[in-house]
Amino acid sequence: MAKIYVTDASGTDQVVDASNGDSLMNALLEAGVDGMLADCGGGCACATCHCYIEGDGMSLVGEVNAIENVMLDSAASERRENSRLSCQIDISDALDGLTVTVAENG
Amino acid sequence: MDNAADQNVEANPEEFYRSPTTTPEADPWALALEDIDLATGSIFQAQKHHEYFKRLRQENPVHYHDKNPEIGPYWSLTRYEDIMAVDSDFERFSSEPSIALYDEVLGEERAPMFIAMDPPKHNEQRGAVTPAVGPVRLKDLDKLIRERTVEVLDELPVGTPFNWVDKVSIELTTRMLATLFDFPFEDRRKLTYWSEVITTPPILMGLTIEERLNHLGECLQTFTSLFHERKFEGNESQDFISLLANNPATADMNGVELLGNLMLLIVGGNDTTRNSMSAGVMFMHDNPAEFQKVKDNEALIPSAVSEIIRYQTPLSYMRRTAKEDVEIGGKQIKKGDKIAMWYASGNRDESFFEDADKFIIDRANVRRHMAFGFGIHRCMGNRVAEAQLRIVWEEILKRFERLEVVGEPERVEHSFVHGIKDMQVIAHPRQ
Ligand code: FES
Repeated sequence: MAKIYVTDASGTDQVVDASNGDSLMNALLEAGVDGMLADCGGGCACATCHCYIEGDGMSLVGEVNAIENVMLDSAASERRENSRLSCQIDISDALDGLTVTVAENG
Repeated sequence: MDNAADQNVEANPEEFYRSPTTTPEADPWALALEDIDLATGSIFQAQKHHEYFKRLRQENPVHYHDKNPEIGPYWSLTRYEDIMAVDSDFERFSSEPSIALYDEVLGEERAPMFIAMDPPKHNEQRGAVTPAVGPVRLKDLDKLIRERTVEVLDELPVGTPFNWVDKVSIELTTRMLATLFDFPFEDRRKLTYWSEVITTPPILMGLTIEERLNHLGECLQTFTSLFHERKFEGNESQDFISLLANNPATADMNGVELLGNLMLLIVGGNDTTRNSMSAGVMFMHDNPAEFQKVKDNEALIPSAVSEIIRYQTPLSYMRRTAKEDVEIGGKQIKKGDKIAMWYASGNRDESFFEDADKFIIDRANVRRHMAFGFGIHRCMGNRVAEAQLRIVWEEILKRFERLEVVGEPERVEHSFVHGIKDMQVIAHPRQ
């Protein structure tokens, strides 16, 4: 279990309880977080689950894989150092307290 | 890969197999379930497929048919949830060797294309061409799409019938395709023709198998020389050919590999958007109240575009092959079995879409249609497609009071490409 602190695409803050083994994308989608479109259902093929990982979270969420790297370049909003596709991040206890901002994915 | 079709082929390739049971005349609700062969172009042409799908969703959502001699035994998934689950699971359901029920074979060789590959090769090759259709590039394309749309719509005859498919849908999508490939503009209709050659059984085009191969040979030759011309250090052009030629993952493709990927990109960017562009006009004609909604509120256009795509579903299915024994909906599917994921049915699944058979441009979950697929193979050109459709509707509304469809559109006999060949339209200008 991990508590995720989310700022959604319209700037509203909320806390989401995410289960281990689930993807961050799924956790945010099920919580109905605004801006989380996830059109491809987690296939790393649409870049509409783009998030910014805040604070020192980047060191916890693993590496960007090759296809994610390409997809991040084709995301709708600006790619930053802390950009990730949330479908490529697996929830574990280690992510408890993670803070993320959902990008404008439309 | 040995699949059942190889052991089962009795059909003569010079002839076009049609199911003796599943016909446009048959009653979809009276046929024996095992006699339903959804891979039958004529039921799509006659628009009878929705009834078949409805029955299967109700009575036998995971369906088996084994009497088609060209395909061999295959499963059909007809419910939204099952389709989404399989499409998202590339580990257990392979896209190799083909994403069509009929394996694509050129002469003796299969043409490899990344849509019909699994990771890691799929990811490398898809990754190479993705920038051509990404949002960054889309910003440049947007303006170009609008200019062309304006040009094409302004030239339309007024008050007299014309074929919308040819004058608008083919013209606009082919121009876009030429741009995406940076293909010689004046030869652009060759792309349309090759696309048709790729997807249509030769006999339906009046071609022999040899003539078909000659056309594909010409296609390959043309692209091979462009491919070599554009292979040079420092080439940063974002057209498909330059991207393929200069990415380490694809730069050394051999002839068939190049052809395979070209076929994919040509068909992917051609039939799909074209048929949504035609069908949308027909849906708006048939549903004047929905058309009125967009006229009253142009902000609804993106939503209307999604609904058009759902309602048409320009590619009816994608095929997977089971990599292990697996159970879906209580049915035992064996390793190696072919599975058709019928997007055309999932998109009309009443348990997912309320009033699924109605065209409702502002329905709540309009974006959740499955016409682009899910998972790693999801359509990579969807943003370009959506932009083309959005802009065409914006420009239509500026010019026309309405577009009147006269007579019945002529459709293609195809179970994979859901398309319209000829649709006569009278354009009524705004007062
Ligand atoms: S959900 Fe599509 S890339 Fe993450």
